[in-house]
Amino acid sequence: MSNAVAINDYKYGFNKPENYVFKSKRGLSRGVVEQISSMKNEPVWMREFRLRALEIFFSKKMPMWGADLSTIDFDNIFYYIKPTQKQGTSWKDLPKEIKDTYDAIGIPEAEKKFLGGVTAQYESESVYHSFQKKWEDKGVIFCDMDTGLRKYPDIVKSYFGRSIPPADNKFAALNSAVWSGGSFIYVPPGVSVDIPLQAYFRINAANMGQFERTLIIVDEGAYVHYVEGCTAPVYSTDSLHAAVVEIFVKKGARCRYTTIQNWSSNVYNLVTKRAFVEEDGIMEWVDGNIGSKITMKYPSCYLVGRGARGEILSLALANSGQHQDAGGKLMFLAPDTSGEIISKSVSVNGGRTSYRGLVKVIKNAKGVKCNVRCDALILDEQSRSDTYPTMQVDEPDITMGHEASVSKIGEEQLFYLMSRGLSELEATSLIVNGFIEPIVKELPLEYAVELNRLIQLNMEGSVG
Amino acid sequence: MLDIKNLKVSIENKEILKGIDLEVNHGELHVLMGPNGSGKSTLAQVVAGHPSYKIESGELRFESSKINKLTPDKRAKLGIFLAFQHPVEIPGVSVFSVLRKVKKPRTRTSSVRGKVYSGLAAGGNLSKVRELRKELVSHLSSLKLSEDFISRPLNEGFSGGEKKRSEILQMMALKPKLVILDEIDSGLDVDALKIVATTLYHYNEVNPWSSVLLITHYARILKYLKPDFVHIMMDGKIIKSGSMKLASEVEKSGYVRFQSINQKLKIKDQKYN
Repeated sequence: MSNAVAINDYKYGFNKPENYVFKSKRGLSRGVVEQISSMKNEPVWMREFRLRALEIFFSKKMPMWGADLSTIDFDNIFYYIKPTQKQGTSWKDLPKEIKDTYDAIGIPEAEKKFLGGVTAQYESESVYHSFQKKWEDKGVIFCDMDTGLRKYPDIVKSYFGRSIPPADNKFAALNSAVWSGGSFIYVPPGVSVDIPLQAYFRINAANMGQFERTLIIVDEGAYVHYVEGCTAPVYSTDSLHAAVVEIFVKKGARCRYTTIQNWSSNVYNLVTKRAFVEEDGIMEWVDGNIGSKITMKYPSCYLVGRGARGEILSLALANSGQHQDAGGKLMFLAPDTSGEIISKSVSVNGGRTSYRGLVKVIKNAKGVKCNVRCDALILDEQSRSDTYPTMQVDEPDITMGHEASVSKIGEEQLFYLMSRGLSELEATSLIVNGFIEPIVKELPLEYAVELNRLIQLNMEGSVG
Repeated sequence: MLDIKNLKVSIENKEILKGIDLEVNHGELHVLMGPNGSGKSTLAQVVAGHPSYKIESGELRFESSKINKLTPDKRAKLGIFLAFQHPVEIPGVSVFSVLRKVKKPRTRTSSVRGKVYSGLAAGGNLSKVRELRKELVSHLSSLKLSEDFISRPLNEGFSGGEKKRSEILQMMALKPKLVILDEIDSGLDVDALKIVATTLYHYNEVNPWSSVLLITHYARILKYLKPDFVHIMMDGKIIKSGSMKLASEVEKSGYVRFQSINQKLKIKDQKYN
C-alpha cells in the first residue's frame, strides 16, 4: 500500500544523540522505584506513596475493555532518565543538543511571542523553565512537579493523588510509582492569569516511558489556561506514555486545559485526566489526539458542587496503524450542574477511531443539563469508527441530549473545491479542517496553525 | 478560447450529451437555453471536469490545448470557472479560507512547530492575506453582502440569493478567462437579479478578454446583458444557434416551436444511421 509511506516517514521524527547524566535500568522493581525517589531526595511520604502504587500496579490486570495493549513490554522500558545535572534557568544555560531540539520544535519562538511562561519537559525532567515575574508577584506558582514537591510540600501533599488515586487504574498506578516531571500550578483566589501557560513535552530516548504528573489547583474565583503540546521522534521500538493530570477547580473558579498531542506512530499514549469542580466552577478540556500507536484518553469532570460546569472537546485523528480510543466522562454529582461533550474524530488510511464516553447522574442531582455530540468522518473504505456511549442516569429531573453522526467526504464537495483550483489533497484537508473547526477555533492561534498543517500532512498519504 | 467538437458524454451508461459543437471566443457572451433535462448543466459540469461523467468521444479544447483528461483544479488554473446551480454545503469552510488557499498556496515544507507560525507572522504572507481580504470586502459591497459573509461556512444556511452571490464573489476574486454560469438567475428576486447582472456587466468591462457562457431557462436576465450568441439545447444537442432574437422567440412562445426542429433532426439522424 503506497499510502502508508507518509506515515512511516514521520514528519516530526527527528532525534538527537542521547546524552544523559543518569539512566535507570530497564524494567520495573522496588529497587528502581526507590532509586528514583532517592535520586530526587523526596520526602518519605512520597517514597511510600510510590511503593504502594507499585504494588497496586503489579496486582492490577491489564484493561481489556478498550484498545489492544497486549504488545506493551513493561520489562523493556527505562522508567527514569535524568538528562542534565541541574535545571537551566535561562535559554543560554541549556546544553546545545537540547537547544537544537527545542529550536526544531520552536519553543523560543513561542516565548518571543509572549505566549506565556514556558516550562518544557525534556525527557523526565524539566530543564528549562521560565515564568513571567508578574504572575509570581501575584502568588501564582508554575513550576515542574519535582520542584513543586520540593518547594511546596504541604500543598502538594494535600492534593497529590486525591482526584486520581493509584488504584484508579493500572496506568495511573504505574504513573504514581515512577512519575517524573510534569507541571505544578497554583493560582491564588481571585487571580486571573490572562495568558495561557504552556508546557511542551518530548520523548527523545528509545524505549523510555514518560510518566509526567501534573497537578493544577485553581483557587476560588481564579482563572487559568494551561496548554500542553507533545511531539515525539520516531524509534523502532515502542514507547510508553502514561501521564496523570489532576485538577482542582474551587468555588467560582475556571480552568481550561488544552492539549495537542502528536506522538509518533509507535507510542502508547495512556493518560488519566480528571478534574474536581466545586460550586459554580468551570472546567474545560480541549483535547486533541493525533499520532501515537494507541491512545486511550477520556478527560473527565467530577461536578461535585452545585452549579458546576464541565466541557470536554475531544478531537482524534487516526492514520494507518493507529487506534484513537478517546472521549470523555462527565459525572454529575450535584444539583444544577451542567456539561457538554463534543467529540470529532477522523479516520484515514485504515486508521481506527473510537468514541468512548460516560455520563453519570446520581440520584437527587436535580436540574442537570447535559449534551453529548459525537461526529465521525471516515475518509476511505479501510478506515473505521465506533461509538461506545454509556449513560447511567438515576435522577429523572434532568435535561439530556445526545447526537451522533458518521460521514464521508462527498464527491460533490471535492469537485466544488477543486473547481476553484484546489488540488485533491488541499480540498480534502480543507474539508477535514472544516469538520474539526468547532474544536480548532478554541485553540490558541499557533496551535491551530500547527494542527491544520498536521492534518494536511496526515492527508498526504490518503489521496491521489 | 473554448472549442468543443462533437462531444458525447454519458453517466452510468446513459448518454446525456449526444454530439455537442460549440466555439466560444475571447470576449464573447454566449447564452445557452433549453428546457429541463436537455443537458445544459451536464455540459457545464463536463467542461469543469466533474469526475462522474464519461467522455465517450469528441474533444474539449481550451486555448488550443486539449483538456479532456485534466482534473478540475488544473482546468481552474487554466482559467475556467463554473458558478454552480446548486453549490454544495461545506461545513466549517469559509469562502475566505478557500480563496486564500487558492490564491496563496503555501510552499510545501516539512516545517515544524515555530517555523509554521513564524512564517505567518513574517509579514509578507500576512500582508497578502490582508490585501485579499480588502479586495473581497470591496466585492462584497458591490454584491450587497455584509462583511462577515466571507467568514461564514460555505453555503451552510445561505439563502438562494446568497448562494448565487457567493458564486459571483468567487468569480470576481479568481478572475477566470471563461465563466460558466449555471442558472445563476434562478431563485433570484428582481433586485438580486439586477445586482448579479450588473456585476457581470462590470466584470466584462474590466476583463474584456474574458468570455461568458450563461446557462438559463429564461430570457429575463438578458434585459441587462447583451449576448453575442444564443444557443438552444434539446435532448443533448445544440439544435439552433443565433442572435439575441432567438432568446426573444423563446420568451414569446417557449420551447415548443423548437421541438419540431428537434424532431426533424432526429428523423434526419435516423436516416443517416
